[in-house]
Amino acid sequence: MPCTTPESAAAPQAHISVRDLTMAYGDFVIQRDLTFDIARGDIFVIMGGSGCGKSTLLRHMLGLLKPAAGDIYYSGHSFSGASAEQQETMRRRWGISYQTGGMFSAMTLAENVALPLQLYANYNSAEIADIVAYKLALVGLGGYQEYYPSEISGGMLKRAALARAIALDPEILFFDEPSAGLDPISSRLLDDLILELQQSTGATVVMVTHELASIFAISTNAVYLDAGSRTMIDYGNPVDLRDHSEQAIVRQFLTRGESTKTESEQAKRPGHE
Amino acid sequence: MILAYLGAVQLQQFGAEVYVANLVTIGVLREMGVLMTAVVMAGRTGAAYAAQLGTMQTNEEIDAITTLGISPIEFLVVPRILALVVAMPLLTLYADLLGIVGGGIVAGGMGISPLQYLSQTEHALAIHHLAVGLIKSVIFAVLIAVAGCRAGINAGRSSAAVGQAATEAVVTAVVYLIVADAGLNILFQAIKF
Repeated sequence: MPCTTPESAAAPQAHISVRDLTMAYGDFVIQRDLTFDIARGDIFVIMGGSGCGKSTLLRHMLGLLKPAAGDIYYSGHSFSGASAEQQETMRRRWGISYQTGGMFSAMTLAENVALPLQLYANYNSAEIADIVAYKLALVGLGGYQEYYPSEISGGMLKRAALARAIALDPEILFFDEPSAGLDPISSRLLDDLILELQQSTGATVVMVTHELASIFAISTNAVYLDAGSRTMIDYGNPVDLRDHSEQAIVRQFLTRGESTKTESEQAKRPGHE
Repeated sequence: MILAYLGAVQLQQFGAEVYVANLVTIGVLREMGVLMTAVVMAGRTGAAYAAQLGTMQTNEEIDAITTLGISPIEFLVVPRILALVVAMPLLTLYADLLGIVGGGIVAGGMGISPLQYLSQTEHALAIHHLAVGLIKSVIFAVLIAVAGCRAGINAGRSSAAVGQAATEAVVTAVVYLIVADAGLNILFQAIKF
């Protein structure tokens, strides 16, 4: 792969392109030969059974882990091939919400959200306070500026993490299991929030999740990582995948294992949806 | 105090109990004060560093710092090392003082008058003995902080890993301390400091 010449013909022009990515811890291969594109403005879901390497893929995309082979391109530029300064510039356009929130426990919510602004934007402290209040209000946490992450609930923590992720109006938003551990209603509200943000900012969203309801509600494209064969086995729109994937396992996943039953029932009763 | 007990019994055989003050002063300043402080700090602060950073690793806070473009070493490790480097010499001084006072109490119990003890201590008290202890305290501070932070940063991503990191931090720090102390003693001996 053209790691050193990202602008060559083979270099893709999608917003994010994963090319022949192999992820491994030492000799232990987690996933191999992953190749897919994420278009600008997509809400892209990385799905798969537990332990198949979804979060590991996300950590590779964030540059926290180095690919064993292959590469990931952002607007045609390789991340792992970039210099430290270039990587930092690329990362400034990202907003990340971690599985456990990743909020700095020694700082209040306001300080957490203000940190990226203080680091990378030229605002004075009054402007920063305004932006922080606005971003917290946007996720429904107005007035919680002075709370510490340990003082708020899990759902609020996820939303606070989202407020920090959008502090710099990122071009790409990453979510690691945003609705894990949330009740169905909070989870739904978070989905709506993500969708709203995507539509108002036009950002690309990359989400790791196995919540079917979220996948069908908001995602435009998805990739399925298979734990058994250790590679992606299908990729496309989740509704298409559910109804037409050639891989039985993908259809089963997207129908909670009921696809085979549904198919036979459909054969008997053509009117059944 | 331990030094005073051991020393007094041995020195009694030569009728030189009064030199227990010299033994205590030099022993505490050069060796015991700083080593005791370091062992306590390894158990208290080194383990705390490992637990703090290990928890931050589990909470993905360290990932968040990295992806914000901040170096976790600069942001989390360097301030902790500096803090211990400042605190250790002060605590060592405090331990030295208490050690000498404790020695005096034991010596008093063995029939050495406080005045005798004090004048002997003054005689033995030399700036280079104090300096040896303080130099050691700075080096030990760095070793304890590095052992603690390294264990924390390299911790796994579970709550069990935090406990392991704390254990590892203390064990590593104590091993570092013993090896470094031996090395430093040989060095000071060689340069007759």
